[in-house]
Amino acid sequence: MNEVLHETHLVVNGVPRTVSVPARRLLSDCLRHDLGLTGTHVGCEHGVCGACTVLVDGRPMRSCLLFAVGVEGAEITTVEGCRAAGGGLGPVQQAFQDCHGLQCGFCTPGFVTTITAWLAEHPDPTEEQARQAIGGNLCRCTGYQNIVASVLRAAELIREQEAAR
Amino acid sequence: MKPPVFEYHRPGSVAEALDVLAQTGHDGKVLAGGQSLVPLLNMRLAAPAHLVDVNWLGELDQVPCDAGGVRVGALARHARVEHDPGAAEAVPLLGQAIGDIAHTTVRNRGTVVGSLVHADPAAELPAVLVLLGGTMELASAGNRPRRVAAADFFVGPLESALRPGELATAAHFPRPPAGSGSAWVELARRHGDYAVCGVGVLVALDQGLRVSSARAALISVGPVPVPVDLTDALAGQPHDAADWAAAGRLAAAAVDPEDDIHASAAYRRHLAGVLTARAARSAAAAAASRLEASA
Ligand SMILES: Cc1cc2nc3c(=O)[nH]c(=O)nc-3n(C[C@H](O)[C@H](O)[C@H](O)COP(=O)(O)OP(=O)(O)OC[C@H]3O[C@@H](n4cnc5c(N)ncnc54)[C@H](O)[C@@H]3O)c2cc1C
Ligand code: FES
Ligand code: FES
Repeated sequence: MNEVLHETHLVVNGVPRTVSVPARRLLSDCLRHDLGLTGTHVGCEHGVCGACTVLVDGRPMRSCLLFAVGVEGAEITTVEGCRAAGGGLGPVQQAFQDCHGLQCGFCTPGFVTTITAWLAEHPDPTEEQARQAIGGNLCRCTGYQNIVASVLRAAELIREQEAAR
Repeated sequence: MKPPVFEYHRPGSVAEALDVLAQTGHDGKVLAGGQSLVPLLNMRLAAPAHLVDVNWLGELDQVPCDAGGVRVGALARHARVEHDPGAAEAVPLLGQAIGDIAHTTVRNRGTVVGSLVHADPAAELPAVLVLLGGTMELASAGNRPRRVAAADFFVGPLESALRPGELATAAHFPRPPAGSGSAWVELARRHGDYAVCGVGVLVALDQGLRVSSARAALISVGPVPVPVDLTDALAGQPHDAADWAAAGRLAAAAVDPEDDIHASAAYRRHLAGVLTARAARSAAAAAASRLEASA
């Protein structure tokens, strides 16, 4: 069957992109298959696991519950966009490495995007707040202790960077 | 787990959306936040031929508040309503209940009105609308908009009184009377999960800080939210020392839950009692502090 294609414009990690996709193309699949950005992972495809979380105009959302056509014109930030401005690991990614916040890494992209957005609004979180912030993301192998530690470490790294500026 | 083929419509105005909905009728579905609809599509539990994306109707992205209450437009997302200062002042229960809906990531996209139309028996907002005696505003091409009272809107599990071709344009949550307070209490297996049982309570106090009336609405214990009048158990009693357990017993007796994989009927009934007692006590405390603040 030939499906109608919709020309769709997105700004992904700061780069304007145009894709031609059927209406039913999920944003998660558009990022992975049409744009080759396989950092965004797909776990459950019904909004529960959080692995596919990306930032849409700065706000974390499930990319498996959005159609690419439905976010026409939006600015999307994926885990690939969470790196440091000059290249290399961004502060949240660095914190995950420092604190052993990942094992298999399947869930990690969703955590990194979620935490990046959250820390922008909560620069100095308590452990309890950090725990709540990641409540919508599932990890099946690391255990959450090290991920909570990573949130706190990332906050510290960001504060250090800002102080050095 | 990929959605079935559908024809996508992106109307630029409410009038245009109503025309498309009229033309597509039974085959058309509104796409709002998609936080309930897209999972159903991904799992192929729904396969509408047409989706009408209302996310571009900026005119519906409004949350005006006045003396009468809060009117939540169809495009207002959970997160926006949750943090709206006007809504928090006029109808505190709205923000209290939204805080228990899923997680921020879902609340950033899902809409209040979408949640009401979806009419999940475990959803918080239908109970809030029922408890406050709110109304839905439904529009369709060529007809005058109709208003449906909450008590008539929720018909069954995942079934509302919305007709094919209709767009819900807003929900109206009335401001509770002066001297009243509210609370939302629920139990979920994990924070953000659908509630095993949840309850909203509204308590009104008289000038002597005694309960003048109280009512509850419970979720996850029936096909639609269950309203329960608690006044008989609490009337005339002090705001900080009423017989909360008696209120809980009224609620437990009023619900008729079923066994399912998440909980037995007996456990749900037990929760209905315990959570109603807790919510009633907090609602009375909230009412007292509101009265004291305004005195
Ligand atoms: C992981 C997860 C956890 C969740 N947990 C909870 C929870 O604990 N409590 C809870 O209440 N909800 C929960 N939800 C659901 C969430 O609240 C949804 O946002 C909400 O139920 C539907 O709103 P929506 O805007 O996303 O609607 P959509 O998914 O777009 O639509 C839902 C249905 O309503 C119809 N519809 C929507 N808007 C209109 C309109 N304006 N006019 C006519 N028809 C319309 C659609 O056609 C569709 O049939 C959860 C969702 C997820 C993914
Ligand atoms: S893949 Fe989107 S939430 Fe699991
Ligand atoms: S690191 Fe393996 S699922 Fe989280």
